[in-house]
Amino acid sequence: MLETLLPILIFTALALAAIGAVRRIRLWRQGRPSPVNLFKGLAALPRRYLVDLHHVIGRDKMISNTHVATAGGFVAAAVLMILVHGLGIANPLLGGLLLLASASMFVGSLFVARRRINPPKRLSKGPWMRLPKSLMAFSIGVFLITLPTVGLLPEGLLEGGGSWLLALVLAGVVAWGLGEMFFGMTWGGPMKHAFAGALHLAFHRRAERFSTKKGGVGRSTGLKALNLEDEAAPLGVEKPADFTWNQLLGFDACVQCGRCEAVCPAFAAGQPLNPKKLIQDMVVGMAGGSDAAYAGSPYPGKPVGEHAGAPHAPIVAPVVMKEGKALVDADTLWSCTTCRACVEECPMMIEHVDAIVDMRRHLTLERGKTPNKGAEVLDNLIATDNPGGFDPSSRLNWAADLNLPLMAVLKQVDVLLWLGDGAFDMRNQRTLRALVKVLRAAEVDFAVLGTEERDSGDVARRLGDEATFQSLAKRNIATLAKYRFLQIVTCDPHSFHVLGNEYGELGGVYDVRHHSTFIAELFDAGRLTFTPWKGGRVTYHDPCYLGRYNGEYEAPRNVLKALGIEVKEMERSGFRSRCCGGGGGAPITDIPGERRIPDMRMNDVKESGAEVVAVGCPQCTAMLEGVVDASAEVRDIAELVADALVESPAADTSRRPTATTMAEEVIV
Amino acid sequence: MQPDLHQKQQQQGIDVAVLVSIGRHPTTGRARRAEQDARGLELALAMEAELPGTRISMLHAGSQDDSSEAALRGYLGMATGVGMGLESMTLLEQPEGSDAIPALAKHLAATSPQLVITGARAERGEGSGLLPYALAEHLGWPLVNSLASVEKVENGVVTLLQALPRGQRRRLKVRLPAIISVDEAAPAARQSAFGPARRATFEITPTSPEADSELAQWHLAPARKRPKRLKIVKAASARDRFKAAASKSEGKGGQVLTDVTPEQGAEAIYKLLKEEDVLR
Repeated sequence: MLETLLPILIFTALALAAIGAVRRIRLWRQGRPSPVNLFKGLAALPRRYLVDLHHVIGRDKMISNTHVATAGGFVAAAVLMILVHGLGIANPLLGGLLLLASASMFVGSLFVARRRINPPKRLSKGPWMRLPKSLMAFSIGVFLITLPTVGLLPEGLLEGGGSWLLALVLAGVVAWGLGEMFFGMTWGGPMKHAFAGALHLAFHRRAERFSTKKGGVGRSTGLKALNLEDEAAPLGVEKPADFTWNQLLGFDACVQCGRCEAVCPAFAAGQPLNPKKLIQDMVVGMAGGSDAAYAGSPYPGKPVGEHAGAPHAPIVAPVVMKEGKALVDADTLWSCTTCRACVEECPMMIEHVDAIVDMRRHLTLERGKTPNKGAEVLDNLIATDNPGGFDPSSRLNWAADLNLPLMAVLKQVDVLLWLGDGAFDMRNQRTLRALVKVLRAAEVDFAVLGTEERDSGDVARRLGDEATFQSLAKRNIATLAKYRFLQIVTCDPHSFHVLGNEYGELGGVYDVRHHSTFIAELFDAGRLTFTPWKGGRVTYHDPCYLGRYNGEYEAPRNVLKALGIEVKEMERSGFRSRCCGGGGGAPITDIPGERRIPDMRMNDVKESGAEVVAVGCPQCTAMLEGVVDASAEVRDIAELVADALVESPAADTSRRPTATTMAEEVIV
Repeated sequence: MQPDLHQKQQQQGIDVAVLVSIGRHPTTGRARRAEQDARGLELALAMEAELPGTRISMLHAGSQDDSSEAALRGYLGMATGVGMGLESMTLLEQPEGSDAIPALAKHLAATSPQLVITGARAERGEGSGLLPYALAEHLGWPLVNSLASVEKVENGVVTLLQALPRGQRRRLKVRLPAIISVDEAAPAARQSAFGPARRATFEITPTSPEADSELAQWHLAPARKRPKRLKIVKAASARDRFKAAASKSEGKGGQVLTDVTPEQGAEAIYKLLKEEDVLR
């Protein structure tokens, strides 16, 4: 009896799954086109899954092993089950393998069940709570129906009078398992993550973020440029269907594990943002409906069930009215500091920051609704090329006594020192002066653009004003094209990121280095000597735009080590460093929360027991120094280095003996 | 706004013309939407939101080139709602150095809007602030300067709130058509958005330009920074020092005339000008 029932069950489930898959694919295809090499993507899928995805999952060994056992067991069991029970190839070898696979899956599902006994807050509940039971149903059911195949069960057991009942019960258990695992996979159950996730990995919008066999970690963090030449192209994302199809696919891949929620600084500060909820809202929008079914943590201060959307309805309600709610409120989008902690943690490789900036672009470029000081800052950037509205001709006032060499005079140097907008900020001017001192001590052939420099466009871009970003970027690229230099060095990781990773798309390709990297190189080359550190305990705060955006975790620590400092690491450091709250224009849009992000970070510093926190970013300096009653002093790495410099006696006599020769040799 | 007025206002949409000029950023001198004119447009947009049926037209007299176009698009980018009808702006084309007043007066007389809103003073060119007055003279319409808000429009009469020094406000009823000028007392202009600004078009209307002969004779030079008169404060207590720093100096002497005939008022002004040796 089971022999006839099982193929029917299996092929019905498969057929329903196929119908569901077509429906799901049609949901994704509502999005805008995005060129992806489908074949190449599918070919890269195994490696992306086994290497890149498991690199992220592997940060939690327990879950990683659980997933290997469960998912590996399931995939093997599903294939073998179709062969053995679906097609009736009752080979004892296949049967034995099937027993093994379902047993592995069962063991895995036990661990999944254990995790669900007292689940951490970040996990979604709802349908996810039944998943371990469904996994068990599938694995036990498959295991039991396979036992007769390998002859481990007396044939007679299913022959007797109670056999009908037993067979029905077994068939029921198998049907439950098949329902969750095959049918639910494409009809929106928790297993959707496997179907959408696999395709998302294959057709990812940033194929370059994955590692390749040739080695080297893939990194792709620069925002994608909008095409402003084509007047018909939409400016950002107004409605869910304005995302590209593979972005929509990516949203659907979410497993609601909440790792993003756990690391999001805005969520921790009680601002109305939860990356997981945002992605789920996009899924709701893509399919149409209300967010009432969402079973995870809400946006702080915003109850679930009040928002709804549709694929072709605006994501953010156009007019601010009392009841004017759409899918997402604008303050949710403006809470993000673009720190990429969520993207770094996401095991499904979802690009939250891209989506947020896409939606911000619509709000700024089409609606003119950048909150709080946003409009003023953008107007300043347009009129004065810096966010503070300062006179551009005063960009070098802080260095009036330093006699800085100018690119306009020298035309050709080894190092172009990019000052950044910190040149207008009195605190950052101290860092810049320290950096100049270090460069001079190492006899670096450098020059500055001076008043020819403009804002890099970082803030404008993160505030969604792509037009102003591209205007600034193009003018900066034109300025830089006038001169010859080997590399750009800057003490601002935001400029570093934008110049290095985002100007390329607009035609400006440069070798950019953060000052900590450059100082580490100078030290390694023996061009700097330091007096040993005599101060107190020091910790290091990784700037998001240096660390997560550019993977530079080592150089700043090497510099501190060279200074004789043993870094007391904070609990969240390196790729898990917590944002200072200063990125993405967040201090400008200033969305209220329950706490302040920099306060939380200074608390981390306090817990490390450090008296000095070393930083490498003007934004971080400003945010962390703004904390009242801080337990630690905030010093830029350049300042620490400048304080420890031993001026070698030879340096004074042979100051700049070989100016402008190196560049010529290399460039020509 | 009182809610009971809302019904009446719905029928009271009027034609508003906003005169816009090309501004000049005070620090960098770059062309931009002029601060006061943008506030004027903001006032018009607020009216449109309050009084459905209000139609706004924008008017600029000047030449068309790249930098001025970008500045003018700054105004067009302020209309970001659906159905604002601000997808275009009328550009009375005339070469640099022409007198804007005859062209504007002619166009306004021909299109006869009920309300004309303009900034009090241009940011480039003469910047004398005389344009609203000259237009009012040409058209024979009443002029209200330094406007804070438009309260309501009823039966061809507009109720305005005029800003006076030191935060005072004066409510005025003015028969339409009228010209109003705005300065820093009006609400700040909203953000200009790139998308609508880019999509907007210009309706270019040729004019018969009249060269500004007076302007041609002038010698123009960058303004020198004038030294500020020091305010010497002799204060005994912190409270006095604070008061001195926070308050504007009270005018000495003078008289407030209320309920006088225009002749009496003119008489008083004439007398004062004589006393001050402005008129000899």
